[in-house]
Amino acid sequence: MAFLRIVARLDVKGANLIKGVHLEGLRVIGDPNEYAKKYYADGVDEIIYMDTVASLYGRNNLTDVVRRTVHDVFVPITVGGGIRSVEDAQEILRSGADKVAINTAATSNPQLLSDVAQRFGAQCLVLSIEAKQQNDGSWEAFCDNGRERTGLDVIEWAKRGTELGAGEILLTSIDREGTRKGFDLELLKAVSESVSVPVIASGGMGSMDHFAQAVHQGGADAVAMADIIHYDRMQLSEIRTSATDMNLNVRIL
Amino acid sequence: MSHTITIADYGVGNLYSVRSALEHCGATPIMAKTYDEVLAADRLLLPGVGAFGDSMKGMHRTGMFDAVRDFAAKDRPLLGICLGMQMLLSDSVEFGLNAGLDLIPGHVQLIPETSKSGTPHRIPHVGWAPIFSPPENAGWGTDLLKGISQQTAFYFVHSYHSVPDQPSHLIASCDYDGQSLGAVVQNGSIFGCQFHPEKSASAGLTVIKNFLNL
Repeated sequence: MAFLRIVARLDVKGANLIKGVHLEGLRVIGDPNEYAKKYYADGVDEIIYMDTVASLYGRNNLTDVVRRTVHDVFVPITVGGGIRSVEDAQEILRSGADKVAINTAATSNPQLLSDVAQRFGAQCLVLSIEAKQQNDGSWEAFCDNGRERTGLDVIEWAKRGTELGAGEILLTSIDREGTRKGFDLELLKAVSESVSVPVIASGGMGSMDHFAQAVHQGGADAVAMADIIHYDRMQLSEIRTSATDMNLNVRIL
Repeated sequence: MSHTITIADYGVGNLYSVRSALEHCGATPIMAKTYDEVLAADRLLLPGVGAFGDSMKGMHRTGMFDAVRDFAAKDRPLLGICLGMQMLLSDSVEFGLNAGLDLIPGHVQLIPETSKSGTPHRIPHVGWAPIFSPPENAGWGTDLLKGISQQTAFYFVHSYHSVPDQPSHLIASCDYDGQSLGAVVQNGSIFGCQFHPEKSASAGLTVIKNFLNL
């Protein structure tokens, strides 16, 4: 079985690493490059950069951040936010990113997923889904960093997105994001059972128990964390050691 | 360390990460577009992204095919990364049979479509995987893999893998759901690694430094 991946998620607005709750009420944390370097030194498996305002302004501003990061950080980097075309994806990949994560543009133009996958390969393409539970218990996909409804059912969209070529799904629960209350396990399970590509759980990690639940109950292949490491509630090295102690199959450093 | 390293430029796109990692390890990367530039190299890096057939066409079109083969004959260190490793072999079945550089006799094959227990698994193989010495080849820990322990994880992204004809040319395999895939090959001073050293954290940087010290 493949190693479970420990992923640091860095949401960026302008030049700053930020963190919110339910993807809102964003607070400035610091310089994203410094945090990426620290997480690399602490043994992170992968880094996700998400430009939180890119869709709003129609462009991703992370190429400079990524270019600086790849000078000091030698693990795979995924970049999302405001990627609207094959050319946008190419620019991000050229700046040193390994994968692009697409949400908003794909919800209005699903063909973009096939175009990017055909050009750069499915392994380069992450479908980012921001999910919010509805009154009937189902989940709706949101876009523009959790601001806008799409009318798409998350499970159906996940299936369609992978058929179109997404090699991975970054699944963020808006309801749990920034709350430290644990991942939305029902959501995770429903999505991971519906698709054959790896699913990255995102939104809600507050403890190692949440990590284990995401894997055992949710079927996650990777766990994204932000709050817990940005605010020094746990160190990544400690997370990896604890995961090993809990018989979770993470990479041994 | 102050080493120059020459990168064979046959039109492959994204080299920013590789260059950054080389610079981080104290090397000065030089891009070589001509036969003479390649032949003047102390050590040569053959990068690779994309499909085998297209890349070999690029190698022929840019004159890099002859340049890399003639460089290899001079017994100076050559390292192919990812598709650059696969191109060192005789041929590949990716999108039809295409001939490679034939510097390491053998074939590039599709990754087995199931795990060892027979359940279908994902292709491409993407992620961190441990490497180890193949049973037929007891040697370990020299040259490119100096200081690397057995079972160290590296970062892989590939759908095809290299199967050298001579077991002695396969230095390391990686494990993918119980299937052993070609991870590192060596024939004299010619090396190839399927993983991305520039994305494999400190273990990857060790491999790069080892190559710079050859």
